[in-house]
Amino acid sequence: MSTANPRKQPTSLRIILTGFLVLWVIMAAFPFLWTLWGSFKVEGDFFSKANWAFALTGESTRVETGGSFTGDGYYGAWVTEEFGRAVMNTSIVCFCVVTISLTLSTLAGYALSRSTYNYAFWILIAALMFRAMPQITLVSGYLLPFYEWNLWGRLGTTIVVLVAINQPFSLWMMTSFFRNIPKDLDESAMVDGCNRFQAFRHVILPVMWPGVITTGLFSFLLAYNDFPVAAMLLDQENQTMIPKIASFLGTTQTKGNVMFAVAAVVSATAPLFVLILFFQRQIVSGLTAGAVKG
Amino acid sequence: MNHRTFLTFVAPSLLAMLLLIVFPVVSVVLQSFHAQHEQVMEVVETCGPFGCTETTSVNQEQTLALREAQPLGRFVGFENYTNRGHLAFSEMGEAWRTSTGWGDWWSKVMNLPFYSAIVFTLTFTFIVTPLTIVLGFSIAIAVNAASRAIRGPLIFVSLLPFIITPLVGSLVLFWMVDARGVLGHAIQALAGNPELSVKASTPMMWIMLMVYGIWHAAPFAFVVFYAGLQSVSQDADEAAMIDGANRWQRVRFVTIPHIMPLVTFVALIQLMDNFRVFEPLISFSAEAHAQSLSTYIFSDLGGETRLLNSAATTSLLTVVCVGILLFPVLVRTWRDFKRA
Repeated sequence: MSTANPRKQPTSLRIILTGFLVLWVIMAAFPFLWTLWGSFKVEGDFFSKANWAFALTGESTRVETGGSFTGDGYYGAWVTEEFGRAVMNTSIVCFCVVTISLTLSTLAGYALSRSTYNYAFWILIAALMFRAMPQITLVSGYLLPFYEWNLWGRLGTTIVVLVAINQPFSLWMMTSFFRNIPKDLDESAMVDGCNRFQAFRHVILPVMWPGVITTGLFSFLLAYNDFPVAAMLLDQENQTMIPKIASFLGTTQTKGNVMFAVAAVVSATAPLFVLILFFQRQIVSGLTAGAVKG
Repeated sequence: MNHRTFLTFVAPSLLAMLLLIVFPVVSVVLQSFHAQHEQVMEVVETCGPFGCTETTSVNQEQTLALREAQPLGRFVGFENYTNRGHLAFSEMGEAWRTSTGWGDWWSKVMNLPFYSAIVFTLTFTFIVTPLTIVLGFSIAIAVNAASRAIRGPLIFVSLLPFIITPLVGSLVLFWMVDARGVLGHAIQALAGNPELSVKASTPMMWIMLMVYGIWHAAPFAFVVFYAGLQSVSQDADEAAMIDGANRWQRVRFVTIPHIMPLVTFVALIQLMDNFRVFEPLISFSAEAHAQSLSTYIFSDLGGETRLLNSAATTSLLTVVCVGILLFPVLVRTWRDFKRA
């Protein structure tokens, strides 16, 4: 009998599954490794008309700079084009968005998870619809009033806008996390004489951190990855990283310095790598939080 | 929880959404019914030795003053909706009457910016969403079959395309498929045509955009399905095995029904996200070959002349489309809520 242990996969199936996995891993990782490697070459190698393998060996890099690797792209991006300032702006935006957004959504999510009235349901449905609206449609509503009230171009405006755009998603996530914390916990505190706020402060606050960290990660990603809002609402001086990279493409192609953009792209990707490295478990639990509970 | 306490907790969040999501939508609606004031013309009579001539010219000062006094512009009703840039009623009628065949009609429709944008957006949404689900499910099955020790690193690598900034991720891919990049060379070798370039061909551009869309979103589907696979009931699986179900039948009749609610969830999120497809078109500088609703709004908002009213009209039409797309979901949620 060949099916002595039906749980054990037949060899042919195992080969197919392994082959597929290898293919997927290459698809997922190769573009990043390639770009990281290529960012230390000159443009003639990264985009090689003659032979794609030059990007690996660095033929033109050796001719132009003398070594197989060059930091010219990084020098151009960080020193000549002052990418550091964009990084600074992104840090400010991300920090403020995460802090404010978490404060608002923690409070609201707690209330939504504990309310039994119809309006709690409708608030969540409205949030779902807001979540579905493309950000750029909102941006077209902001521009005219922001020009008129002289709010356009400032970091503060962008932070507030991103907090608001972030709210629907954070609300859903925090609500589903709070639903997992048993009601008995805060209700017994209230029986003991706490009011709602004291119960929240003394009983819920200490146990909610896993949910807050996960929601915070996704708020951070939204603020960090945002392009449409920052590109439209910030002036040159306050530009964040992603619009800055996009603007490299416009200006550098004429100067022949695509490598600035490549170096900037690698610089912008590095923090995300570190983020997944440390918070993989939280990211996975966050992605499934909405789904598993339906 | 009583109403007052509830309101205290929710107020800051609701206020943020009211001010920066609801009001902008109102502003979009208002703007879409207005147009910028026309230039103020004036007739100037200049007299010379050969008699007097009347010339019409733009009074810049008055135009500017009028536009500043009423930034919203003049009320035009539905004109923004019916003009060539949007629903293009007269052009559509014209195309219908004068077309020699379906192909001719289609090419005329695709020349209208709003229709070509909506055709691309819908094609993208309805091709990328199912393929993402299929790829994500396959990865989940494969990772679930791998040995425990390597699952962690596998998930790490799989998350990369999803966590990466969309603009950056699509740039990375775009540089590789450039005619001088590594994938570009590979495509040329496969097609046997050294002149082939993704940038120059509309179908290739559409395919690359969709490949990017699937690559970017598959990890999300994978993670959700993988979590679902962990909770497949071992008892049901064993019972099916005892009843003589083969491997495929067990996947088909035990695993897939268990995963089905997750498929609905992933499909919903993916429909929303794919409908707003934006960054890859910017990174691929695809405007000559493909325009989505989002990039159409973006290009109206940017540029030398900011066409705010046109952008507002497209925005409102986009929101209406999202509403139609989500309507079945809302109805279902409402029914579930009523039943509960």
